[in-house]
Parts: sequence; C-alpha cells; structure tokens
Amino acid sequence: MTEPRRTSAALLQAAGPLVAVVLALVVGAGFIAAVGKDPFAVYAHMASGVFGNAYGIGQVLFRATPLIFTGLAVALAFRAGLFNIGAEGQLVIGAFAAGIVGAAGKALPGVVLMPLTLLSGMAAAALWALPPALLKAKLGAHEVINTIMMNFIALAFVQYLGHFAFVHATVHTAEIGAGARIARFESFLPGFRGSPLNLSLVIALVAAALVGWLLWRTKFGYELRAVGLSPTAAEYAGIDVPRTWTIALCLSGALAGLVGANFVQGYKGYFESGFSAGIGFLGIAVALLGRNHPVGVVIAAVFFAALGYGGLVINTEVPKELVEILQAIVILFAITLHVVIERWLRRRT
Amino acid sequence: MSLLIALAFFAQMVRISIPYALAAVGGTMSERGGVINIALEGILLLGALGYVLGAYWTGSAWAGLAAAAAVGLVTAGVHAIVTVGYKADQITSSLGINLVAFGLTRFVLKSIFGSSSNSARVAGLPEWSLGGFGTVPGLGSLFGNPLVWIAVALIALAHVVLFRTPFGLRLRTVGEHPETAATLGLSVARLRTWGVLLSGILAGLGGAWLAADQRSFTDGMSGGRGYIALAAMIVGKWNPLGAALACLLFGFCEALQIRLQGAAIPNEFLQMLPYVVTMIVLAGVIGRARPPAADGVPYHAEDR
Repeated sequence: MTEPRRTSAALLQAAGPLVAVVLALVVGAGFIAAVGKDPFAVYAHMASGVFGNAYGIGQVLFRATPLIFTGLAVALAFRAGLFNIGAEGQLVIGAFAAGIVGAAGKALPGVVLMPLTLLSGMAAAALWALPPALLKAKLGAHEVINTIMMNFIALAFVQYLGHFAFVHATVHTAEIGAGARIARFESFLPGFRGSPLNLSLVIALVAAALVGWLLWRTKFGYELRAVGLSPTAAEYAGIDVPRTWTIALCLSGALAGLVGANFVQGYKGYFESGFSAGIGFLGIAVALLGRNHPVGVVIAAVFFAALGYGGLVINTEVPKELVEILQAIVILFAITLHVVIERWLRRRT
Repeated sequence: MSLLIALAFFAQMVRISIPYALAAVGGTMSERGGVINIALEGILLLGALGYVLGAYWTGSAWAGLAAAAAVGLVTAGVHAIVTVGYKADQITSSLGINLVAFGLTRFVLKSIFGSSSNSARVAGLPEWSLGGFGTVPGLGSLFGNPLVWIAVALIALAHVVLFRTPFGLRLRTVGEHPETAATLGLSVARLRTWGVLLSGILAGLGGAWLAADQRSFTDGMSGGRGYIALAAMIVGKWNPLGAALACLLFGFCEALQIRLQGAAIPNEFLQMLPYVVTMIVLAGVIGRARPPAADGVPYHAEDR
C-alpha cells in the first residue's frame, strides 16, 4: 500500500537536484545580466559549444572522468556514514604513485605495467585514507577534520618528494612507459581528433557499476549501508562497525586514486604538480547532486564537466568563473531543497 | 644584534598569526553555538576582496575594513540561512560557500579590474607612529598597525563574551544541549545565527588583514588559511584564547620556514606540522579535544 507513495517520494527527492540546477541557472542569469550580456544568448552559446560537436563532447567526457572517480569515492564513503573530504589529497598521492611506478617499470610489457600502475595508484591513495579511517574506527576522531588535514599533508609531502622525483627544473615526473599508457578515443574514433578523452572513461563506468554491485548485491555492501544508516543499530545486528568504516574509507580512497589513470596514464604521460585543481572537492558536489548513487554520480559528473567546459566556451563574453559560481550555487540549493522536500514529505505522512 | 633578530622574528610570527587568529576565533564562536563552519576559507577570501573594493571605491582603508566585515557578515548569513534556517548539512554548505568564494572573487576581479589574478593597488591601513620604539625593525610596522590592536581586542572580547556574559553562556548552551536551551525558553535558531554571523565578521576582518597587508587582492590569496584556522580552533579546544595561542604556534612554524629556507628541516615538514599536530590532538594524545556536543547537529524543534 505504501509502494506508490514511496515511489512518488523517491521521484520527488530525485527531482530536487534538477530544481537546484534550474535555480542556479536563474541566479547565474542574474550574474550574466550584471555584466551586461544577454543570459539566453550566453546559455545557448554554451550549450551549442559543449554538445554541438564531437570535440566538445570529448572535452566534456574527458573532464567528467575524474569527477566520476571522486564522485564515486565520496558517495561510497557517504553510504557508510563517512564524509570523505580527503579525496583531493588521496588522488594526488595516487596519481603521484602511478606516475612513479609507471616510469620505473618502463621496461615491463603492457600486460604487467598497466595493471601495476593502476593498482599502485589505487593502493597509495587507499593507504592515504587509512590514517583518518583508523582514527575514526579506533578513537572516534572525526574523519571530516582528519581528511582535510591529510589533504594539506599530501600536498606538502608530494612537494617534498618532488625534490627527488621531478625531472630537473620542472614540476613533473619522468615519462611513464608505453605499456602504462591508456589509449585515447581519437586513436580509433577519428571524430574525437585532438580530444584527450581516453579509455579511463570506460574504467570509470566499470567502477561505477562495481560500486553499485558492491553496495546493493553483496553482504559487505549491505553491512556498509546499515552502518551508514545507524552505526548503533548495525553494531547490535552484529556488524563490525570499525572494520566496515576502515574498509569503506580505504575503498573510497582507492577510487579517488584512479583519477591518475585519466591524467597520468591517459593524458599527460606523467604526474604534474597541481594538476588536480579541486577535483576532489567537486567530487563532493557530484556525489551530492547524484544522491550518492552510481548512476546519479555519472550523470552529475557529466553535468559538472559540461559546465566546466561551457565556461571556456563563453569566456570571451562572460568570465568563465561564472561556472564555478554556478557549480557552487547548485550545491547550496541542492542541500537546502533536500531538507525542504524531506520535511514536506514527512508532514504529509 | 641577536635580540633584534629575535624581535623581528617575533613580529613576523605575530603578523602571520593575525588572520589565522581572527578566523579561528570566528570559527570558535560559530561552533560553540553548534554550527560547523568550514567556510572560514571562503570568508577570508571574500573579506579580502571586500576590503579591496571598499578601499578602491572610497579611497579609505577604514571603509575597506567595514566592507570586509560586511562581506563576511553576508557570507556567514548565507551559511546561517542554509544551515540554521533550513537545517541543511553544515559541512556541505560550508564547502559550497568556499567554492562560491573562489569563483565569485575571480568573477568580480575580472569584471571590475579586468584581470583574473590581481586587483588595482589600494590604500593600506594608516600606520601609527610609535616614536623610538617604531625604529625596531618589524615591530614598528606591527604595533603601529591599528588592525593588530583591533584583532587583539576582538579576540580578548570574544573570550570574555563567550565565558563571562549571559549571551556567551546561552550560545554555549545551544551548542551543547539545544533541547535544554529551548526548554529554558532560549531561541536556538537565533543564538546559533548570531554565532555564525560573529564568525563571519571576524573571518572577514581576517581577510581584510591579508588584503591590507599587500594592498591588493590576488586570486586565491586566502591560500588555505581558513583550514589552518579550523585546525587552530581544534588545537585551541574551541576556546578563543586557546585558538589564538594555537595560531601563534602555527605562525611560529611558518616564520621558521621563512627563516630557515629548508636549511635545518625541509620546509615541507614544517608546512605539515600544523595539520599533523591537529590530527594528534584530535586523536586525544595531547589531552582530549572535544567539540561542543551538538556541533554539526541541526536542531529541529518539531522533533521533540
């Protein structure tokens, strides 16, 4: 009997992010008007530049790939009731490790070097998530603060290691071996010529599917979600809460570590200092807008990537920073609407 | 001679600590009322821009200070509306505000100054003459700076207000036990809003310090200071004076980096120190750091 109501409630909650996007675009129109431009013309130009040709689509998907990874990372941790603000640091450590291993193993054949590089990025990032995970699990120390702290420690640590690892007078590591290179779409789809879009996107989509499978098709995923809903109840049900938290945050880190696949292995061919530029923080927005569901994360990642590239398209008319404001306002509207809709639903039942 | 070096070092340490301390004490006021404010970073940045715009349009540094405080107030107001008014998630709201701040400052910079990295040069704060004392390198410009005294006074005032006034007691009560506070007839929402707004004014002034110090705005000039302030608030155990002392400690580390230039200890390790210390303190190794009991928990009157 409650089924139809639950479906309509779920639909209403899913509509929240869409309404947030529309509201943010309205606010953005105000900004565009404030600098003396026509909002409709600017938005139309943005849309045609982003989705009107293969190059634009390639750029969007290239930018969406790392956001899928960090969005999944944040979403997975969130399902366990953990707020991973440390994706930024984890992905930097992971990408750095991938760059080092990919270069050190230059001589190895691709079948060995490729998985080795991917796994080392994931492992290093997971390891970076371990201290906050253990501090949370063993001592109850708040993971939000600790993951933020680990972000800054990561930046300083990589800067330090850079003294030894970076190519002389640069801020990047040596070139990785050909075996660790992830193929670009342009190598088999000529339409994407000039676009850095690469097969990391496929890895990202597989990762999304795996996260969905883990969360809803395995015992561990069930336990993870139970812990996320109520650690106390989960504990009474015999679930090892500290262990679940530790594994969840490390898995979250591992997902963030895959960002290196797109940048290091699929694009530049080396790790470069400062490449991430807030991808970890945007991952939080992506997870939020995607309602911590893998499918939602993929859609939200594409949306944020489209906004990001759209900013470049309209940069001659309106400062491209407009899209950064839009991305942020979407977050504020989304969390507010979430509460408003929830309260409204509760009042009706 | 070595005394002069020590004095100059001291002055540098204090200079570095002041924006941290303003933001950290601000964060303390917000969190004591039960609202997490990770938006300190964004408020610092917007406050710095506020100072530059105020000083640019009026030519007066005092107008700049007022504008910085006002911008901080408005930004914190947004956080208060979202988290206290609508009871949405405080951490996410803070992060959203930080993102807005980065985009908005760059947008305004480009729209007004036509550059995405720098503003025009604006007036700095007037420097009070200190007589012979002012000739000591570093000290003159430090203690002649009115904002130093404003900052010290505000930090002391925050401490007194929080622990020695009825308002402070009420603010701490809504941060610890909002239900109790509500039972006593206090308005949880109003008190929490005040805590958040105070954090905005203080952090906004912290931003003004940054901009006044270099007499211009540069893109991303808050440079993670809001997060250091957050760390100092924790190390200072959610206590204004403690937070200010923690800021001095962090300022010491940073001044040391500038002095040593990586000679004795690699700079990067000194850079990590505040964050590592914070994690250790949070873990309870050096005395337990306990946040206010209802910190981060929205208060729903209807749930009772």
